[in-house]
Parts: sequence; structure tokens; C-alpha cells
Amino acid sequence: MEERYRMIDSWKAVRWGAVGLVTALTVLACGAQSAPNSGSTTATDVGITKDEIKIGSTFPQTGPANFYSAVGKGMSAYFKYVNAEKGGVNGRKINFIIKDDAYTASQTAIKARELVQEEKVFAVFGALGTGPNLGVRQFYNDNQVPQLFVFTGSDHWGNDWEQYKWTLGWQPDYEAEGKIYAKDILKNLPNTKIAVLYQNDEYGKDYLNGMTKGLGDKASSMIIAKATYNAGDPTDMSSQVNVLKASGADTFYVVTTPGYSVSALVNAISSGWKPAHIYLNNVGASSVYIKNVVAKLGNPHAMDGVITTTYTKDPNDPAQKDDPGIKKYREILAKYQPDCDPIDASCVTGMAAAFSTVDVLTRAGQNLTRANVRDIAATKMNETDNFLLLPGIVVKTTKDDHFPIRQERLQKWDTDHYVPYGELISGR
Amino acid sequence: MSRLKGLPIPVLIAAGLGAVVLFGIPLVTDTFFTFLFANVAVYVIALMGLNILTGYSGQISLGNGAFMAVGGYTTALLVHRLHVPYLATIPIAGLVTGLFGFLFGFPALRLSGIYLALATFALALSVTPVINNFDTFTEGHTGINMKPAHAPAILQLSDEQWLYFLSWGIAAVMFIISWNIVRSSTGRAFMAIRDSETAATASGVSLSYYKTLAFAISALFSGVAGALLAIVAAYVNPDNFSLQLSLNLLVGLVVGGLGFRFGPVIGGLVVVFLPYYSEKIATIQFSSFSLPAKPDIFNGILLLLILFFAPSGVMGLIMRGFALYNGRRTAVRSRAAPAEPVLEEK
Repeated sequence: MEERYRMIDSWKAVRWGAVGLVTALTVLACGAQSAPNSGSTTATDVGITKDEIKIGSTFPQTGPANFYSAVGKGMSAYFKYVNAEKGGVNGRKINFIIKDDAYTASQTAIKARELVQEEKVFAVFGALGTGPNLGVRQFYNDNQVPQLFVFTGSDHWGNDWEQYKWTLGWQPDYEAEGKIYAKDILKNLPNTKIAVLYQNDEYGKDYLNGMTKGLGDKASSMIIAKATYNAGDPTDMSSQVNVLKASGADTFYVVTTPGYSVSALVNAISSGWKPAHIYLNNVGASSVYIKNVVAKLGNPHAMDGVITTTYTKDPNDPAQKDDPGIKKYREILAKYQPDCDPIDASCVTGMAAAFSTVDVLTRAGQNLTRANVRDIAATKMNETDNFLLLPGIVVKTTKDDHFPIRQERLQKWDTDHYVPYGELISGR
Repeated sequence: MSRLKGLPIPVLIAAGLGAVVLFGIPLVTDTFFTFLFANVAVYVIALMGLNILTGYSGQISLGNGAFMAVGGYTTALLVHRLHVPYLATIPIAGLVTGLFGFLFGFPALRLSGIYLALATFALALSVTPVINNFDTFTEGHTGINMKPAHAPAILQLSDEQWLYFLSWGIAAVMFIISWNIVRSSTGRAFMAIRDSETAATASGVSLSYYKTLAFAISALFSGVAGALLAIVAAYVNPDNFSLQLSLNLLVGLVVGGLGFRFGPVIGGLVVVFLPYYSEKIATIQFSSFSLPAKPDIFNGILLLLILFFAPSGVMGLIMRGFALYNGRRTAVRSRAAPAEPVLEEK
């Protein structure tokens, strides 16, 4: 009997083996099919053909962070426009490939290889997220693939540049932004008491550090309460807001991502706290969200006076309605990416970064090598004509400075839009 | 391992064929697919761990991603802080996580069904806050970069090939271990608990012992998988081990076939290749442009179809196919000798 069972078992194993074999071969066949032929391109011009520049990026298209995909759409829109109406870059069309990494670094590891090894892109522009970009930085640098204009305000990219020369940021960094708010508080509200809500990770702490450093000696006496949440938590911020309310602070410093910012602001008002001053970090401050808050509270002036920073133009500001840059932006979106909400700041930043991308590629001219493009982006940027950045902002890098955008401007909410005030400031 | 000696020839042939396929993959595929298949091995190991807990012992777990986090961070921290060679960290990660799972098994003893699912759910949710809270030690959200793993010089393998052979080598060892566990009296006790706790207790199976053991073994497998994931991605951060990972594992195993020995293999392929291909399918072409629409919709549709038409997963479907085929054959044979009932796994 024993033997009989074993025989049944073993024949079953053969069938299992066959199943495994067939499965493996099927997948293998699919894989082999979709693997492109590696042409006879040399290492320096991978992804460049006579009439195409192939670039890639990673964005969360799925998962809890998928609202960031609007940045990618803004980028795509501009590349389509350049291809269709400008004949591409020096005669080459841009082929922009976005891969979904779901904001998970272990997925980004796969997608980065897919871009480099399977799609054989020339360079990666605008990939989103601190963790996802940090995770693959070594890979891109080892393979000497430019990882440029990453969408994250961490200061790693600028500070670590000597070690990771193929990686570069673009937007102003979070700590610098925190310092700008501190300067404004010291100037206008020297006696205020501040309550902080921040995301309990490096992103949130960068902002908090900026504020603390900016306030200097007065930080410990001015910041009287702190509350945190974790990325991925439910977006209800009512208990955090109640803790902060109890502190009696009259300034609310909100460091969140979209979703959390809406809940925090709604609760700050509806709980009866109604802090006299609200500083809101740029990431969670898009007009779309503030309008959402206003609608939820049912009071058109509930958010008046909320302060944030910006470095881009604002399609939601009536005063900028006739700005040629904003007009061009709206036309391009309407024509090439109608699924992007024009007043979503993510689409604006995406398109502005795409402009810088095209700028760099154009300046590389016919010398389209990875090394040359990297050198131009990281050490020779001097872009004064970005049609979506605030007038006066220069996207600039030198051999000693690898923070492309440093300047920002403060703005204050009024009924249904932001009104910029003050000069351009640099927090660094 | 002594059990291997008594194996009859067909099993050895099957094993040989499997080995040939595994060795062949990196030779015929390109660098990227080799890397993808290395990832498959990682998930196969993780799913074998989940299979022991959920498939064989019937304890639903939404928290195996947290076990992977323990393994992943054990490896990353040992390499980063103590400069331990990364290969040596893999067994340590397995043991540490096994111990962690054993300890978690105690409170879990009192829970079953939906309550256990909730407790493990809480475990999955706690990963990010815990790691962020001890950020001076764990580097918090910034994560820990590890040096990319290179093959020993004599092997002359590319990084991707090395990761492939390393992870599949370990997966093969873990597969044999899990196979033997399932065949042993321990495995039968697990299945008895799954089928009826009352009956199992009446037959002298100690619920507390075997349930905590199931958690420990499952965690050990997950820890090894987590360590490998850290090595393969050369980076850990809390987002890698989010709730999404735990859910992906459960979905992968259910699609592959819960309680089947080869379920985790299919599941591993699903976890890695489903997002890859659904993104390809979902990619909309605008002239020279490609922008993925919503890959998750395709994922969802496919999963629904699989669960609707093959509720016991792909392996269940395959088994049904074999049963049909065998049924016809045995119907012919059974005239001579009536088929005996065969005790087997689900």
C-alpha cells in the first residue's frame, strides 16, 4: 500500500513538473517576444536614433499615491506639443515612456531596469518620489544613465551630487521652503504661537527642520505643539487637529500631502479652533484642494489668508489669466492632454519640468550623449525663459551648485485663488 | 533531506526538468527578464510561507508583508550597521523573523477567522509607523541603500544572473523544506487544524503548539524572502513593505492556488508578471507616445475572472483538468480494479 501511494505521488510530481515546464516556457516565450533587439548602438547614444529621442520616467499610476500621475501627464502634454508643433528637438521626436511603480521602491527597481534594459531609454526625466528615486540612484549611476529632474524636494540630490553625478533634482527643496515660512513669521508675526501637523517621515521632518532652523533661537518658544500622521493612514485628521487646538496656538503650520491637507484644514475650522494664521506646504496647497475645503465648509471666505509658496505660475489666479505662459499652457493641455485638470498644480509643474527637459536636450544639439546631457543639466543650466515659472525665476546650475530651482514666492488665498505677495526669496 | 533518497525515478526526472528550465531561463532571456525572474523567486519563497500558514493551516494572514519587513530590515541593518556580508544575513534574517512570527503566534492563538485577519492586518499597518518611529536606527523613510550584489569573480555572472541563481537556489532549498513539512506529521496536523479545529483537538493535535509553529515557519519563509527582496532591490524603505505588499501576497497565492504545493510558484509568476503585462496591455498609443491608462483596472478584471471561473486558483484549474483526464482513464481501468480512495492534500 505504502508503495502504491508513493507511485501515485511520484507520477503526480511528473505532471506537476510538466505543468511548471509549460508555464515557464510560455512566460519565457512572451518575454522573448517583447524583448527588443539590441541594435548596434554604442553606449553613449542608447535611445537616440535619427528621428527619435527615447526618454523614460517612473510615476505611481496605481496605489494610494496615484494622484501624482498628473505630473507625468503635464510632462507628456508638453512633449506631444513639441513633437507636433515644433518638429521635436533638433529634428528628433521625443518618445516619453512612463512606467508605473506604485510609489514602491522595490517596484521602481524593476521599472528602472525595464526602462534601461528593455526600453533602452536615453535618460530618465522627472521620476517621482524620494524613496523610489533613492532606491534606484545607485543603479542609474552605475549604468551611467542620467536620472534628471527627479520630482522630490529632498535635498539629497543637490547635497550628494559629488557622489552621484548622474542624479539631479529640479524643484526647490522642502527644508528651504520651511525656512521661507519661518522668515515670513519672524517678520510679520513675531509673537505668534505655532502648532505643527506633519507627516511622520523625512518629507515632513524636512519641512519641520526648515521651520525650526529658520526660527533659530525662538523656535523652542514659538513652536508649542506638534502632531503627526503616517503616510498611508486614513486621511481623517480630526484627532490630530484637536490635540493642536488644545495647545491654544494661533498659527497652524500644515505639512501634509493632498488629501491630508484637505482634512486638516476642514477640521481646523469646523472644530472651532479657527487659527488666525495658516501656513500650508506647497505640495498640499494646490488650488484644487483649497477649493475643495471651501466647498466642504460652505463658507467662501473660510480659507482666506492661508499662506503657501509657489515657484510656478497659477492658472487659477484671475490676475494671470492673460499671462501668455498660462494661455499657452491651457492651449497645450486642451489639445494634447484633456484629461489633466488645468488648475491642478501638478500639471503645471509637470509641464514646467518638461520645458526644462526640452531645454537641456535642445542645448545638447547634435552631441546627444548621456554624459553631455548630464553635464548640461547638472552644471550649465541657465534657463530664464520657462513659460510656467514665475517671472524672475532662473533654473540654474553651476559646477558648485546642483539645486536647479532655489527661488520661490509667498502667496495668500483670497476667496477662490491665491494672490502672490512679496519678492522672490531663496530659502537656501 | 534523507527523504530525497527514497524518491522514485519520475520525481527525479521532474526535478531534473525543473532544474534544466531554471538554469535555462537566464541563458535564453535578456538581462531584464533575468531580473524579473529573480523577483519571482523572492515572491515564490514568500508565498510558500503564506501557503503554510493560510493554505495548509487555515490561518488567514494579511500581515505576511510585515514578516518580510522584519527579514528585509534585519538584512539591511546587519549590512549597513555591522558590515556583515549580505549572504550571511539571509539565514539570520530567516531565524530572527521566525522567532518574531513565533512570538506573534501567541496572541494570535486566541483569534481565528476574521479576528485573526484583523490582527494580522494591524501588523501590516504597523510596519511604516514602527520603522519611522525608530528612524535614528532604521533611517526611517529615507530607507537604507545597500551596495548592489555582485557575483563572486570566478562565476563570471552578471549582477542580474547572480541575483537570479542566488534567489532561485534559495527558493529550491525552501521548496524542498516546505514539501517535507507538508508531507510530515506536522503538515498533517496543520491540515487537520485547517479542516476542523475540533476534530484535530479530539485527535490529539495540540492547537497552540501547531498554530504558533505555523506562524513561526511562515515567518521564517517570509523573512528569507524579505532579506532577498532587500538584496535584489539593493534598498529597503517602509513603503516596500506596505499593506499593499501583504495584499499582493494574498492575491497571488489565491490566484496561484491556496493549499497546493505549486500554488506559490504560479502565484510568484502572477505577482511579478501581472503588473508587467497589464501595464503593457493598458498602454495607450498616441502616435509615438505611450502613456499607461489604468493598469490596476486590467489587474482587477483579470483577478475577478480568475476567481470567478477558477475559485481554487490556477492550480485548482489545472488539477480539475487532470482529474477529468484521469477520470476518463481510470473509468476504463476501474472495470478491472476499483480505484482506491487516495489521501491527498486539498
